Amino acid sequence: MEAVIQGRVYKFGDNINSDVIIPGRYLIYIDKERLGQHAFEMLGEGFGNTLRSFDILVAGRNFGCGSAREQAATAIQGLGIRAVVAASFARTFYRNAINDGLPIVECPALVAAVAEGDSIRIDLAAGKIGHAGKEYPFPQMPDSVRKILELGGLGEYLRGKLAERG
Amino acid sequence: MTIAEKILSAKSGKSAVTPGEIVEACPDLVMSHTATWRSASVMKRIGATKLYDPERLAIVLDHISPAKTEKYAADQQISRNFAREHGVRKFYDVDAGIAHLVLMEAGHVAPGDLIVGTDSHCTIYGSLGALGTGIGYTEVTSVWLTGKLWMKVPESVRIALDGWFPGGVYAKDLMLYLIGKLGADGCSYQSVEFYGSAIPELSVSERMTMANLAMEMGVKCVFVPPDQKTADYLQGRLPNAARYQPVYADADAVYGQRIDVDLAQLEPMVACPHEVENTKPVGEVAGTHIDQAFLGSCANAKYEDLVVAAKILKGRRVHPGVRLIVTPGSKQILLEAMNSGVLQALLEAGGMVTNPGCGACAGDGGMLADGEVCLSTANRNFLGRMGSGKSSIYLSSPATLAASAIKGAIADPREFA
Ligand code: SF4
Repeated sequence: MEAVIQGRVYKFGDNINSDVIIPGRYLIYIDKERLGQHAFEMLGEGFGNTLRSFDILVAGRNFGCGSAREQAATAIQGLGIRAVVAASFARTFYRNAINDGLPIVECPALVAAVAEGDSIRIDLAAGKIGHAGKEYPFPQMPDSVRKILELGGLGEYLRGKLAERG
Repeated sequence: MTIAEKILSAKSGKSAVTPGEIVEACPDLVMSHTATWRSASVMKRIGATKLYDPERLAIVLDHISPAKTEKYAADQQISRNFAREHGVRKFYDVDAGIAHLVLMEAGHVAPGDLIVGTDSHCTIYGSLGALGTGIGYTEVTSVWLTGKLWMKVPESVRIALDGWFPGGVYAKDLMLYLIGKLGADGCSYQSVEFYGSAIPELSVSERMTMANLAMEMGVKCVFVPPDQKTADYLQGRLPNAARYQPVYADADAVYGQRIDVDLAQLEPMVACPHEVENTKPVGEVAGTHIDQAFLGSCANAKYEDLVVAAKILKGRRVHPGVRLIVTPGSKQILLEAMNSGVLQALLEAGGMVTNPGCGACAGDGGMLADGEVCLSTANRNFLGRMGSGKSSIYLSSPATLAASAIKGAIADPREFA
């Protein structure tokens, strides 16, 4: 995982649910590429491709609500999106993003300030986002949880644990 | 402590916990459904071979059952083989029904249990006083291997239900009312406990609907404190009497929010496209044309739900423009409905009955074309969930569904009282 993520943002509203992120019929896949091809397709043909020209998703409240499908986090990564900043996340999406190695940040102040197409700089280690000359702090995850994210997800974390045990 | 605090402290070996605290908890049961093959493939990818405790696993192949494509068949084969190789005894194949209902019917859920699973509606186990919550498939693999996971202790909300439902109003209407009032994230990360003078009167089936739908206001978990009805339901289901250990909140438990509802003031509610929080009293949407009526899902395809619908449909006809799809929640429910004549009433009225499982709720049959409208007893009406991105889903109780199927348009069930 990159410690600093910089790029252009696409902005969503509140309550973007995981059915919209990746429809149930594609849960037969678990790989980024194929899931990415169908991400957000309910919002219109080619909408996913539009998102590919952005780096970071910004959203309002309750991003990722609904189904516990882990592929919502995978599909977003399949679009080349490197982080999601939201006013708040649904708890299943929050966990899945960490377990899938997708950096997520809760920062309502940044969400209110940012406009689509703006550039932001997320410093995960320092716990702040830079935008238009201003800094927006966000609460850090507990160390044990951040470790999972840093290793690229729970799968890699577990693999490491198994190796330790020998 | 609240119920969630008590269960999480017990399962993490602590004497007390407080909201916001992160604990390492050991679940009693890990449920995986159609997603099982994905968890199994993570296990393979990382080279793990040994489960922490096969007795803690439950596997139910419910979402697309039986397999509708070769890919689903291959995935189910992986799940079946996995269960056999690892000696998972709580394994239920494609004939059993929806995981949540099957596990409760089979006595795998007891008050005070901590249950995680690959499905957001694991909250339903709170209808029996257990802490159920959803996680992703990789995290399921992790619990399979390590026997534990990190959990944040949620703040609790106390909802008191007093009075009683007027005719034609059910637990589903109560929940749609609450979701509309509090919003899709109204109880985000929180644990809801239901109290009030109405609780002893609510059937276990209605409690299941409540705990299931509570997910749509963002809860982590939900509880109906166990009582005589819970004990009666579990009698003969739990493997032994010692498994019945109800957990109750302390008198001085702290709640972040308190909500009071007078059930007598409620009316039939409908959730409009494309968010569950978009609820309206049935009168405001009555007359909306429907093409399909889906009586199914873990929210409202229990035996009692089928009875409610059948009472209205018996001796009447489904509107010729409507496809009424009935998908019983489990094989046991199907059998009960068959033996009691409920299925016959539904079929004679013009409905069709499919095999038990998630059915159309998971996009397994009953897909919608562009511009079509479905009224469903499920718990989600998200854009494109049942087919075309240009179709619409409304949600209601089984009674409103039955009345609407007859009229060919959304209708008030009180007209058929
Ligand atoms: S019936 Fe619907 S909501 Fe319930 S588990 Fe199946 S797909 Fe999910």
